[in-house]
Amino acid sequence: MIKLNIPISEDEIRGLKCGDTVALTGTIVTARDAGHKLMVEERPEFLDDLLKEGVIYHCGPVVKKEGDKWSFVSAGPTTSAREEPYQGKVIDSYTVRGVIGKGGMGKDTLAACKKHGAVYFHAVGGAGTLIGQSVKEVLDVHKLEEFGTPEAFWVIRVEDFPVIVTMDTHGESLHAKVLAESARQLEKLLEK
Amino acid sequence: MDEKLINHLVELIKRASTDLPADVVEALKEAKAKEADGSTQANTFDTILKNVTMAREAATPICQDTGMLIFYVYHPLGADTLALRDHIEAAAEKATKNIYLRPNAVDPVSGKNSGTNVGANAPYVAFKAWKKDEIFIRLMLKGGGSENVGKQYTLPDSRLGAGRDLKGVRKCVLDAVHSAQGKGCGPGTVGVGIGGDRGSAFFLSKEQFFRTIGSSNDDAELAALEDSLHEDLNSLGIGPMGFGGKTTVLDVFIGKQHRHPATFYVSVSYICWAFRRKALTLKNGEAVYHD
Repeated sequence: MIKLNIPISEDEIRGLKCGDTVALTGTIVTARDAGHKLMVEERPEFLDDLLKEGVIYHCGPVVKKEGDKWSFVSAGPTTSAREEPYQGKVIDSYTVRGVIGKGGMGKDTLAACKKHGAVYFHAVGGAGTLIGQSVKEVLDVHKLEEFGTPEAFWVIRVEDFPVIVTMDTHGESLHAKVLAESARQLEKLLEK
Repeated sequence: MDEKLINHLVELIKRASTDLPADVVEALKEAKAKEADGSTQANTFDTILKNVTMAREAATPICQDTGMLIFYVYHPLGADTLALRDHIEAAAEKATKNIYLRPNAVDPVSGKNSGTNVGANAPYVAFKAWKKDEIFIRLMLKGGGSENVGKQYTLPDSRLGAGRDLKGVRKCVLDAVHSAQGKGCGPGTVGVGIGGDRGSAFFLSKEQFFRTIGSSNDDAELAALEDSLHEDLNSLGIGPMGFGGKTTVLDVFIGKQHRHPATFYVSVSYICWAFRRKALTLKNGEAVYHD
């Protein structure tokens, strides 16, 4: 288990490889479909400091509000593939070092990871309650009214958030490997 | 409004969202036992199982995507289904307030989230009259990620070399699960609907998810296909979350219905490992909950 604090330096990120188990601590920002579209089309500046050498989390949480204070109840990852058209540009324009999600991403994101120094961290999909408990504090929320709970940018402080590196800065992708191996087996099964 | 009925329905939603059925938990434990201790796969199953226990104990959603609410209501003739629908909507709103559900109903034109899980055709409710003197309500929470990997095929399919027979159906299911990879939060369970029109074929594929893992099909030919597909799909090696591994699917369920002579649809639905379903029987004012 490798422990990393956010912000993460480019050297630290380039030292990771596919298969590494990592525990992340620090401030991260959730963003999904509406957020990524906005980051590419309008590039809001309020995210600059939050994302510089920072981490984006593909997540639409279940939240609770007590008084003025928000907290996360259930907060596993959402499918990352939907952000493929945007992710590489977002990594570049905000200097993002890591993207947490599930299901992996495609060639454009993998190329951006290599070029700009970022990795894809895979969280266990569906493990909402367990991951929710590593979210220690909700620091802020942006675009809540406009986007709704799942799509808002939630700024959260996490401690030992458990993830696995499945796409690294060396051009390796566990998703591409599993896809290729399962495709060979599919060929055989289709001939039966 | 009957507050008591609303509360029974809220309890049904709570159980579905926070307490995974016993047969699903058992299947996940079996899948874990097949992987080497300390492997990424075994650790992933550990995380999954630990999360299931934590969610049950804390009564918090297993997954933050609490899904689309799909109700099937079996009722005696003459039951007031309009009132039942109103109560289901009220229960969905209350369960959202109680944080058993995330607000998941979005207007596709304005992009606005209703905030209550209630909207046009949301929750989805199918009413079926039956001869029993009781109301039986089934609920499935179907996550969006797993819904997105569902597919419909029109046979014959020349890309797959799939003709209009069970061999052709088999090829469609293999292709659908391969193309899903880990994106539907595997290991998932696969529901297949053969025949009908485009719409009913998808409904049939999803209705399969009311079956219990390990149950066998009443139709001998379909039962044999389910068994052989289960084995073949696991040989794809996609594994939990698409990390590679021995268990790609927990089970395969297939349903059939008559088709038009000119059409042959095969619909494949995928439900994530968080295979959330519960049921409620209402009789003489008593409520009994089931997996």
